[in-house]
Formats: sequence, structure tokens, C-alpha cells
Amino acid sequence: MDPLAAGRLAPPPLYGLVLAGGRSTRMRRDKAALAYQGRTQLERAMALLSAHVARAFVSVRADQGSDAVRARFAQIRDAHENLGPIAGVLAAQAQHPEAAWLVLACDLPLLDEATLAHLLSARDPARTATAYRSSHDGLPEPLCAIYEPRSREPLAAYVAAGKQCPRKFLLGADTLLLDEPNPRALDNINTPEEYGSAMATLTAESSATTRHVTVQYFALLREQAGRREEALVSAARTPRELYAELAARHPFTLAPDVLRVAINAEFSEWSTPLADGDAVVFIPPVAGG
Amino acid sequence: MFRFTHTPIDPQALRAQLADPACGGYAAFEGWVRDSHEGMRVRRLEYEAFEALAVREGERILAEAIARFGVAHAACLHRVGELAIGELAVWVGVSAPHRHEAFLACRYIIDEVKQRVPIWKKEHYLSGDSGWVNCERCAAPPAHAAGVHRHD
Repeated sequence: MDPLAAGRLAPPPLYGLVLAGGRSTRMRRDKAALAYQGRTQLERAMALLSAHVARAFVSVRADQGSDAVRARFAQIRDAHENLGPIAGVLAAQAQHPEAAWLVLACDLPLLDEATLAHLLSARDPARTATAYRSSHDGLPEPLCAIYEPRSREPLAAYVAAGKQCPRKFLLGADTLLLDEPNPRALDNINTPEEYGSAMATLTAESSATTRHVTVQYFALLREQAGRREEALVSAARTPRELYAELAARHPFTLAPDVLRVAINAEFSEWSTPLADGDAVVFIPPVAGG
Repeated sequence: MFRFTHTPIDPQALRAQLADPACGGYAAFEGWVRDSHEGMRVRRLEYEAFEALAVREGERILAEAIARFGVAHAACLHRVGELAIGELAVWVGVSAPHRHEAFLACRYIIDEVKQRVPIWKKEHYLSGDSGWVNCERCAAPPAHAAGVHRHD
């Protein structure tokens, strides 16, 4: 019988940890609470992480437990002071030694789903850790990495020996190092200037991938949509994708192949790229005269 | 001139606009609201148009008719809103030096308008039902119905 199926070699659970115990000295504001597009960085990191792990925790200092930004998440408190981020990893491994830990810093606003997904798919649980090689200096990035259960004892020994740099720990351990799919994804921010630049990048990215469109409805589609017009922000690139998106929300009965499309009051193709500000009309079979 | 109107169409006034001393022929078509459609008794009609595009497309059809048949003037007025049986839904008029081109152009315009211009007609039947003409039978099955097992 397959030993995995028998459960004897079941893989360790993967838990997630967002490190939010830093002192944000250079930012002079709590980095976990910085908002990007309406959500705090801690909320964004927890949302990214939660999609991939069985349980997600926020790592906090002993005096941060009731802090409003952190209080809504499951927490793991540091047992050591003044050790930096490695204290959070140690505390998590002490609390759940059986788990592998996907650890994220709380100051990576440009971290994207693709970077996280690549880390997980390339992960080798037989190694001590899986991490990215920095696009800046080629060294391991310790704060977007997976620490396997086998890393617990050497990490504790490393700290007991008076060391606390997680990057050097990964460098000396059996770490699988990956190239970053997006070289800016792990840019961390430490100053108000870096925060401003990250916000500008995120705003530019989101306006490049979504657009404001208005849709006007006529006849049967107007009745089925229950409105004459709607304005939306959509990731749809073409009228074809937009109709599919709308058909998921409204009880449309007309298949796209019986409709025509107009953009800005002129007939158009289903595959015409949509631009920001476009006014779109899906034209049901006509019956004038 | 291609236009829409929410009020009853007056063919006499429209006809006067096409008068031209160089024209010896005038042809017009009037589309009326009929009391039946494919065996159903119709009580009244509703027309709706995407006017911004419909006017552009209608003007293109008139220009095509003038270029293709060499007529002097062509116009079309389409009613929108609620219409009773017997009311005038659409009017097409053409004036030309000779009758032959006027007939052909008039026929071309009404045929193209019915096929190309974004106008929709909802029929209200004596039975109480109603339906958008050309839309009800081309409906795709609702996406959520696929794969549903009925146990009745």
C-alpha cells in the first residue's frame, strides 16, 4: 500500500506566519498598519497567505497583543526580546513543532500571488527551507520563505549560539534557492519615501489591469439586468470577457453569438481591447420596422 | 434624415420635406402595428432604440440608398415608446427623378433598417404574455441549468 495513503508519511501541515513585531523605526509609523488601496499591509499579507496555508498567524511582540490592527488575527507571541524577526519564527516553531512554516514579512507591499504560488510549487520539503535568491544581492530572502519542520532544531541552536541573522542561517543551511518570478515582489519598504513609491507602483499596476467601463442595457437585457446602466471596474480585457463577467451576475438568457457589441456608440468586435472609460452596449437581436 | 419620435408620425408633413422640382417620383412605406404575430393576438407594442448608434446606422443606410440608386432624397422616421394597434411605427420616404429608383430605394431602406438598426419591439398579447420579438426563441439555456439532475 502507498505509505502516503496509509498516513504513515503524511506531509507536515503548512502554516503561515506574518511577521508584524517589528518596531518600524525608520518609517516612524507601524508598517503593519500602513494602508494600500484601502487595506492595511497586515490584512493584505494575511489574505495572500491564507489562500495557501491550513492556518495563518500573525507574529507579535509580547506588548502588541491587543493592538487593533493585530487583534483580529490568530497570534503567536515572541518569547525572546530584541532578536528581530528570527524570534517570531522560533516562537511559531515552538508552538507548532510539527508544522512547516510559510513566513512573510509585513513590509512587502509588492508581494504578489505569482511569487507566493511559485515558492509553493517549487518547494522541496526534504530540504531545510525553500527561499528566493534576492534579485538585489543574490542572498537568500528569509522573510518570504518556507521553513520545514527539520529547520527547527538547527535554528534554535543557531540562536542559542548568539546569532540572529535569518539570512545567514539560510545561507548556512540546506536551503533550496529559487529565482524570483517578479524581481520587485520582495522589495521591502522602510521609509516614508519607499512607502510612497510602493503605493504609486500598486496604483499604476491596478489601473493597467482593470478599467472603468459603463454598460448600457436595452430591451430584454435591460429587463434581465434590472437596470438601464451600470458603471463598473472590471478586469475584462474585451467585450467577450465583460459579457461573461456580467452574465455571471445577471440572469441573461441570450448567448453571445446572437448579440452584437457596440463600444462608444459604434459597432465593434467581441475581441476589441477595452479601454478605460469605454461605454459598452450588448445588442440583442433587433426588430425594428 | 433618420430620426426617432415619441409622438405619432405625420406622413403628410414628412412627404412635404422630400418635395423637389427635379423629382418626378415619390415612394413611401408605412409600417403599421398589426393585431397579430405568428398566431398570437397582439394588444399593443413597445419600441425601444439605442438611439445614439441607431441614428448613425440609419443615416448610413439612407446614404447607401442614395448612392446605390441615385435617388434625390431619402428619409426615415421610427416611433419609440408605447403604440396601439393601427398606429404608424415607421415611415420611409424617397423622392427621385423617376419612380423605378424611388421604389427600389424605399424597399432597400426598410429592409436594411429592420436588419441593422438597434431597435427592439416588445409585443403585449391579449393572453397577458409579452415578448421581445426575435429574442425569446434564441435564448441560450441558462448556465446553471446544465448538469442539473431533476428528480421529479
